[in-house]
Amino acid sequence: MNRLRLWLLALGGAGLAALLVAACLDLPGFGGRRHPYGDRAVHASLARHTANTIASVNFDQRAYDTLGEMSILFAAVLGCAVLLRQARDEHRARPRPAEVARPVRRYALLALPVALVTGLYVIAHGQLSPGGGFQGGVVAATALHLLYLGADYSALERVRPLGVHEISDAVAVCAYVVLGLASVLAGTAFLANTLLPYGTFNTLSSGGSVPLLNAAVGMEVASAVVVLLAHFIDQAVEIEEEHRS
Amino acid sequence: MSTVMHVLPYLVAVYVFLTGCYGLATSRNLVHAVGCLAVCQSATYVLLLAVGYRDGGTAPVFSDIRPGSRPVVDPVVQALTLTDIVVGATVTALLLALVLQIAKRHGTVDPDELRELRG
Repeated sequence: MNRLRLWLLALGGAGLAALLVAACLDLPGFGGRRHPYGDRAVHASLARHTANTIASVNFDQRAYDTLGEMSILFAAVLGCAVLLRQARDEHRARPRPAEVARPVRRYALLALPVALVTGLYVIAHGQLSPGGGFQGGVVAATALHLLYLGADYSALERVRPLGVHEISDAVAVCAYVVLGLASVLAGTAFLANTLLPYGTFNTLSSGGSVPLLNAAVGMEVASAVVVLLAHFIDQAVEIEEEHRS
Repeated sequence: MSTVMHVLPYLVAVYVFLTGCYGLATSRNLVHAVGCLAVCQSATYVLLLAVGYRDGGTAPVFSDIRPGSRPVVDPVVQALTLTDIVVGATVTALLLALVLQIAKRHGTVDPDELRELRG
C-alpha cells in the first residue's frame, strides 16, 4: 500500500516537474528589460508623490485588492477565535508565575520598547521607505510578546487586554472601508486616491490617502496578530482538559 | 551559460515547490504537513520575485534615489508577493488551529491513524 503510494507520487511528481520545467523554458528571461506594468506603476506612483512604489501599488492602484486581503486576515482571525475557544470539557487554569533567567529578563525588557518603536516607525514611514502597515504591524505585535519572554504570561495579559485588541481590529477594517466610502461621497470611485492633496514628495504627509490606508492596515495587522497569538498561547498555557474520573 | 542563468531562478522555484509537495505527500504529522505547505508557498515568492527582476535593478523606493537614475525591479510583483505572504500566514494560522482541534478530539496528529480512527 505504502510502496504503491510512493510510486504514484514519483510518477505524478515527475510529470509535474517536466511540465513546470517546460513552462520555465518559455518564460521571459530572468532579469529582462521589458516590464510594461512595472514602468507604468512607477510612473503613476511618482505622479502621486509616493516615494515607495510598492505602497502606492498596494494602497492606491490596488487599494481595492488590499481591502480583500484585509478581509481575509480578519476572517482568518475570526475563524481561529472560533476554533480555539474554550470547549465544554475544558477549564481555564491560572498560569503559574514562571522563573525567568536574569539576562533573558533584562534583554527582553530592553528590546521591548526598541522593537515597539521600530514597528510604529515602519508603519508610519510606509509610503516613504521599505515597509508599511503589514510589516510594521507584525513587528509591533511581536514586540509586545517580548514581555512573555521577559516576565510571564500574567504580565503580558495585563498590558494586552484582549477585548481592546479585538475591537481595534474591527475598527481598523471599518476605517479602511470608511476611507473608501469617503471618496465615493466626494464624487469619485471607491478608494480612489483623489480626496487629499498629494503633498510634497518624500515627506510624511505625501501620497494623498496612502498614509491613512497604510495606518489602518498597520492597526489591523497589529491587533490581528495579537489576538491570534493570544488564542494560541491560551491553548498552551491556560486551557486544560478536565480530568475524567 | 547565459541560457542557464535565464531560467535558473525559475527552476529554483520549481525545485522548492516539488520539495514541499514531496513533504506533504509523505508527511506523518499534520504540523509537519502545514510546514510543507508553507514551503510550497515560498516557491511562489521565489517565482514572483524572479519574474520581476531587472538586470542591475534596485528596490523601487525613491526616497534615496533620483527617479530615472537607475533601473528598478518590477513593483507590481513585489506587491503581489506581499499579498502572498499575508495570505500564507493566515492559512498557516487557520490550519494550525484545525490541527490543535484534531489533536484534542482524536488524540493523534498522524493522518494515517486518523483515517483508522474514523473507520
